[in-house]
Amino acid sequence: MINTDRSKYPKKIDGKPEIDLDSGKYLKIWQGPQHPGVTGNMALELTICGDEVVECKTHVGYLHRGFEKLMEQRKFIQNFPIVCRICVPEPDTNEYLYATAIEELGGIKVPERALWIRTLNLELSRLGSFLMQVGGQAGAFGMGTVTQWSITHRDYILDLFEEMTGGRVYHMYMLPGGVRAPLPEGFEDRVEAVLKKTEKILSDIEKVLLNNAVFKGRAMGLGIITPDMVDKYGVVGPNARAAGLKRDVRIDTPYEKYGELDLKYITGTKSDAYERTLVRFQEMFQSISIIRQIMKKMPEKGPFYVKTPNVLYWKIPAGETYKKAEATRGEYGYYVVTDGSDKPRRVCVRGPSYTHAIALLQDLIVNVDIADVPGLMTSLHTCPPEIER
Amino acid sequence: MKKEKQSKNLILPNNDLPENERHLFCDARPQPSKILGKYVENFLNWARANSLWILGFGTGCGAIELRPLMTSRYDMFRYGIAARPTPRQSTVFIIGGYASVKTLKRIVKSYEQMQDPKFVLALGSCTINGGMYWDSYNTINRIDHYIPVDVYITGCMPRPESLIAGLDELKKRIMEGKTLGANQYAENFDWYKANQKKIIKDWNMPDFNW
Amino acid sequence: MKTLIDELKKKYELKKFTQQNEFTCFVTVSKKHAVPFITHLRDVENFTHLSLVTAVDRIEEDLFQITYILHNYQLKMDLGVRVFINRNEPVMESIHHLWKQAATYQRELKEMFGIDFPGSPGVDESLFLEGWDNIPPMRRDFDTRKYVSETYFPRKGRKTHDPATYMRNKLYPTENSQ
Repeated sequence: MINTDRSKYPKKIDGKPEIDLDSGKYLKIWQGPQHPGVTGNMALELTICGDEVVECKTHVGYLHRGFEKLMEQRKFIQNFPIVCRICVPEPDTNEYLYATAIEELGGIKVPERALWIRTLNLELSRLGSFLMQVGGQAGAFGMGTVTQWSITHRDYILDLFEEMTGGRVYHMYMLPGGVRAPLPEGFEDRVEAVLKKTEKILSDIEKVLLNNAVFKGRAMGLGIITPDMVDKYGVVGPNARAAGLKRDVRIDTPYEKYGELDLKYITGTKSDAYERTLVRFQEMFQSISIIRQIMKKMPEKGPFYVKTPNVLYWKIPAGETYKKAEATRGEYGYYVVTDGSDKPRRVCVRGPSYTHAIALLQDLIVNVDIADVPGLMTSLHTCPPEIER
Repeated sequence: MKKEKQSKNLILPNNDLPENERHLFCDARPQPSKILGKYVENFLNWARANSLWILGFGTGCGAIELRPLMTSRYDMFRYGIAARPTPRQSTVFIIGGYASVKTLKRIVKSYEQMQDPKFVLALGSCTINGGMYWDSYNTINRIDHYIPVDVYITGCMPRPESLIAGLDELKKRIMEGKTLGANQYAENFDWYKANQKKIIKDWNMPDFNW
Repeated sequence: MKTLIDELKKKYELKKFTQQNEFTCFVTVSKKHAVPFITHLRDVENFTHLSLVTAVDRIEEDLFQITYILHNYQLKMDLGVRVFINRNEPVMESIHHLWKQAATYQRELKEMFGIDFPGSPGVDESLFLEGWDNIPPMRRDFDTRKYVSETYFPRKGRKTHDPATYMRNKLYPTENSQ
């Protein structure tokens, strides 16, 4: 962090400088939607003084498609192809949550092998999304080599998905009742080959990025989240775990087959940008070991799908439920309400970036250099499509 | 007679800007650019086709398949395609997927700030007829009523190889001289502007954002 | 969990407790006891994490249902608090002083449903929509398909393929004339 001489800057009252826009000391700029330094399509309206940010306002809504209204007008089975497009880098969490909410309200029990395949799908998707985040984080500080490496290796995982489900990015694989197709022949060997490649590149990235003097100098002390801020703002995921709190949806309230696998809480000591990257690194190694456990423990044969009633006339009795899953960014939630007809009454999606990008970012970004703003945004892992659906 | 009519309407009204700021913004219409003689134009088209610089604006889902294009697996830099951060220095505008009303305003602004000749590539089936968001109150159905489009690439999402095939098709059309989107925009400016203003109700920009 | 609710039932007039699955429960509370109940849950009973604030439009009963979902990290349980308010005068007390992210949720509810939370910071600014001049879009009486066919320019050639009519024509062809 650069030490600036603040003697010429405006005085502070209660820790906040009094902002008088006419005095000519402040400048309002837009780090707008068309900018290589924002994660996705959202905008920040910054007020800067010299080189430091004084105030910030987040603008979202550039990707609003009105999903919740669309889902109310389609039958239950017509909803599952569109649900995965709510979150672009990690679509499987959405498919799983919609399927399991409908199964719970409709009283359907999923067979064993389908549960194992779903867990494998979720963990592979988490690994791919973490790789993309590490690439973005390094790219925000100017280290473009790591971006090239990690996005190439995410491509190998997308190849596995294409073999399993038919699509690279949007899979539409988990539907109410199980999964859509069985695993292909010889899949375990290919998964093992990809995992070996990923381990090698992760150790390379560790040498290049985490022991780098420039990265350490810029990322340490950037955007510190203290433990008492965590509940006041509703911070979830690796952002909260890096502050020392032991919170993980897979271990607290286990779903699918996570109750039978060996997981640990991965925590840090102080939640700044450097520690969050360390926590995400160790989570990637943990994901690799979870995938290996799944491939060993999965039963060889079994049905992958259970028959649901006729999808054109499937009516679900009235009720409501809230299901959660641990996505890469934190706690992802679906609140589904049905009313006895053949269409859902209300589906509300809770993305973890909703709190991180608006309430938390506006308070963390004060007194940060303007060159470090993209680094802060990617270290919180904000992703606009899940804020505004 | 036609020339006289055109010279009267060369100044744009700019009604949506406040009075004291109108002198700061552009108030001239866009003009179609001249097409030079045959051999010079062929040489220029060859130069344009082999150095397509794309604008770095990830408007929607399509941005997720632009990242692998920049890595070494589907290398796009060997074709001379690079990503630029500002519209003043870029030639191709890739519209990745659906466009909401708020994003359409920024697309129009960025498109009008690009210099002639400029090309537009529309990715995904949401740009053709609305895709799966056809009945959403916030996404537009047909992008070619608002800005002129040269090549459509279908798929949801199209693979990086189809993106390269689409860029190849764009190069062929440039070499044949068929991509006159910027001239089409300048000639039918009133029709495009009327469509845009019908959708974008919160218009606080000049009529032509140069 | 049920014991906790039984203790508080008298004081806050709770009704209709449902245990949805082993980690989730729902309970209904009336409008005037809602914010004291939530404050008691946060301060005394350790429900420190606010997951979601959302609304459901119950147009047949002329009510809006607002749901607050809270999480307890010691018991590892979710509790959904349901509050019913009148649909013709949708006003509810704000909880922005308890959690900072509640201000954003309340801003979204004002824009999408029209429910007002007086006192919440920035509740009148638009969050997702720009230049919207119709009724709040998530209400049940807003017809999106009619709005889309009038405003945007749909491409011709799109037919609706309703699977039910297709199967009916296929299985019983003599009953329907083309």
